[in-house]
Amino acid sequence: MGWLSSLAALFPLDNLGHYFHWHFILISRANLIVIILMVVTFLSALFLPFPGRRSRKENQ
Amino acid sequence: MSTSEIDRQWTTRLRKRVEGKLPPEKMLPDTQPTYVASWIYVFGVATLSSLIVVIGTGCILALRGPYWWHGSAYGHFVNSLHLWSVELFFFTMVVHLWGKFFMAAWRGGRSLTWMTGCVTFFASIGAGFTGYVSQTNFDSQWISTQAKDGINSGGVGAYFNPLNLGQMLMWHIVLLPLAAVVLTGLHVLMVRVKGVVPPFDKDAEVGE
Repeated sequence: MGWLSSLAALFPLDNLGHYFHWHFILISRANLIVIILMVVTFLSALFLPFPGRRSRKENQ
Repeated sequence: MSTSEIDRQWTTRLRKRVEGKLPPEKMLPDTQPTYVASWIYVFGVATLSSLIVVIGTGCILALRGPYWWHGSAYGHFVNSLHLWSVELFFFTMVVHLWGKFFMAAWRGGRSLTWMTGCVTFFASIGAGFTGYVSQTNFDSQWISTQAKDGINSGGVGAYFNPLNLGQMLMWHIVLLPLAAVVLTGLHVLMVRVKGVVPPFDKDAEVGE
């Protein structure tokens, strides 16, 4: 379980979170990371090729 | 009983209506249109799969109770599975929502599919909130004391009180999961009845 403890040390959860503050926008780093990941996933889903799509088109 | 009497029965009429709208080959289709072969169409099923894990782990937590999920390694594991499947559920649901919004997925008589999806989203937010205040730890105490002011400012604190753990737990494990699962079922049935929404160029080709 040693490697698990060292992994947990990378993400300390027992202190105050970091916040970004810009004018009226106040957002935690964790929430901002999740939103960025969702946008990246959305764009990847639009542009990454889907496995087998080419062969299906050729079959038609 | 005469044939006309049998035809007038509500069970007969309902069966014929269901058979007409949702024959077995439409309910469980063998193939899908070519345009469904895109990653953006994966997120609906990903949301559904996450929901199954959420409900499954929630059932295990309900069987064993808070002492177990706070005080044992296996309990921590199932508790974490419940949390992270919820995170995945919302993550995939939001990407699904964005995809369907930019596809204008309510086209072609699919307004009920869109609306059941929207209401499921709001029910899920309620289920997520009541879950956070039902953890029975300092986190849930903090969230509920902060949330009560917001709820009271809306004038509904007498009916929905985040400081009432029993009420929040019942909303979380009975009413909201029931709403989310029933609405998700209706949503999936509507997708089966109307079919997956085509891209705009395909829509123009079929002249919808």
